Amino acid sequence: MSNTKNNNTAAGDYLAFEGDVADIDRQINELTKLSSAKGIDYSAEIYALQKEQVAQLKQIYSNLSAWQTVQVARHPKRPLLDDYLNLMVNDFHELHGDRCFGNDRAMVAGLGSIGTEKVMIIGHRKGKSTKEKIACNFGCANPEGYRKAFAKMQFAAKYNIPIVTFIDTPGAHPGIEAEQRGQAQAIAVNLLEMSILPVPIICIVIGEGGSGGALGIGVGDRLAMLEFAYYSVISPEGCAAILWRDGSQAAQAADALKLTSKDLLKLGLIDSVIPEPLGGAHRNIHDTIDNVEKFAVRTLRELKRIGTENLLKMRYEKLRRLGEPIAVKLSRKTAPAKRRIKAAIETMGKKTKSSSAKTST
Amino acid sequence: MAKTAKSKWNGFSLKPRKDVPEGLWLRCPGCEQMVYKSSVEQNLNVCPRCDYHFRINAKTRIKYLADEDTFEEILPDLRSHDPLDFRYNDSEYKDRLKADEKKSGSAEAIKIGKAFIKGRQIVLAVMEPEFLMGSMGYVVGEKFTVAVELATSEALPFVAVCCSGGARMHEGVVSLGQMAKTSAVLARYDKAGGLYIPILTDPTTGGVTASFAMLGDCIIAEPGALIGFAGPRTIAETIKVELPDGFQTSEFLLEHGFIDMIIHRKDLRSEVARLIDYCKK
Repeated sequence: MSNTKNNNTAAGDYLAFEGDVADIDRQINELTKLSSAKGIDYSAEIYALQKEQVAQLKQIYSNLSAWQTVQVARHPKRPLLDDYLNLMVNDFHELHGDRCFGNDRAMVAGLGSIGTEKVMIIGHRKGKSTKEKIACNFGCANPEGYRKAFAKMQFAAKYNIPIVTFIDTPGAHPGIEAEQRGQAQAIAVNLLEMSILPVPIICIVIGEGGSGGALGIGVGDRLAMLEFAYYSVISPEGCAAILWRDGSQAAQAADALKLTSKDLLKLGLIDSVIPEPLGGAHRNIHDTIDNVEKFAVRTLRELKRIGTENLLKMRYEKLRRLGEPIAVKLSRKTAPAKRRIKAAIETMGKKTKSSSAKTST
Repeated sequence: MAKTAKSKWNGFSLKPRKDVPEGLWLRCPGCEQMVYKSSVEQNLNVCPRCDYHFRINAKTRIKYLADEDTFEEILPDLRSHDPLDFRYNDSEYKDRLKADEKKSGSAEAIKIGKAFIKGRQIVLAVMEPEFLMGSMGYVVGEKFTVAVELATSEALPFVAVCCSGGARMHEGVVSLGQMAKTSAVLARYDKAGGLYIPILTDPTTGGVTASFAMLGDCIIAEPGALIGFAGPRTIAETIKVELPDGFQTSEFLLEHGFIDMIIHRKDLRSEVARLIDYCKK
């Protein structure tokens, strides 16, 4: 497996903090070249190097800093929406247009199935080649994209088809036309409508979860993140430019924003983390997508068992509790017990009173 | 009938602001003229020459909008718990909160409560621009939600004066979540048949515009207010094109169909009261 991997990853694809891993890959490459040229068997050495590489990767990826996570999430080889559509969604048929202004290529919607479950897929498309990237505006959707997403969600709701959204955007597009067509209003409407849409909604952050642009298709019953994806209220660069007055302090800003899946799970802001294979999603696209598929199928089955009324009630309660301080959460949990104890004490008091009254008479 | 007030204010400028001298006189950003401070204050903080609407804090806003002494504040002491333990550039978010509380005199960037407008009872939420630029963190989202819940349970109209820089980045995804929370509670209020009137004032941008500010039954804006999703500086930096005159002002939004009307500060009370009367069942 690691051999094919070596062929896949060109020298430019290593992130700055993966220097040792790149070195080992270079050594392995040279050894394989040598062995094929001179006919000497270096397989033992190569095996040892591979073993060391795995250990290195494990070590690096178990201690990624927030800023390093952001770099992994933005890795040029990271699987994008189209990889998921190809490898995970059967029989995908894309649906276009917001019936109002145009068709935004940065937002994809369509019917397909994951496993045996029929779903409506909504997601950001970033594009692979430079040409595609420009056509898709680097995954930054315009208002018509959000309106398209909502129109297709309504369609899905009409026929009771669950919705799975794939979030991967640096943010909603900031531009003159976007403002003219009501970027804010388009996102606001999505937030409101997604909170009451009567079908299960699963949201998965697969790469970048950039602010309102991510949230615009990110309200649902479950919010999951890939292990090395990030989800933030502002890009680390933007935050650094404002608070540090220096865009190059993005690493510190990333750390302060607590934008990694691990931190967000701890804060109770997301529901689950989908593990990535060793060395990040871009090192093994198939395993990554397999993990996402398993999660999606499992969660879809779970949510389909819940009746619509309960589903909406639970979704609202989940949204209502967003960001609640831990003390309040605890008090809510312990409140019934407290009430029980209070009631018990009161009845005890009554009993003793009544018994004392009896004795006095 | 409400007249559409016209302002000569051309919108946000990327040029550095000229210094405003302290004291009796101030320079109006709209007409660039020196105006007598007390004449502005007597005129509801609107420039008497060019109708430029100055930013006002929550206390003054309530004084101008609600009937005298009818505002009963709810949850005035709810303070941010600093969910991320946010530190930046050798300073702490906690210290900033304390400093802004001292500066603005309110514990968070929003005041909510019951009030009367021309004798009509409403639930009122007013954002405080002097507190971290009115940005929305957990407390703002929570208080807004509580206000909507109150309006739902007591079947009262709900008026929200929006004035905010957007989601508060010091609280990260917690503040992003408040966008979803406030929208969700508004969906319930809407289903219950409640009347929601947001009043957009200078500035209303970012996460606040992209959630509750744009979800009103009837959206009112003050003349010349900066209203938008991305800030003008961000847009100028991203697309490297000069922004057109009057970009992202109330007039721009009215032109493009995203707000219902532009109302002069002096007419806000009567307009809100009129809307409430029309929407009575």
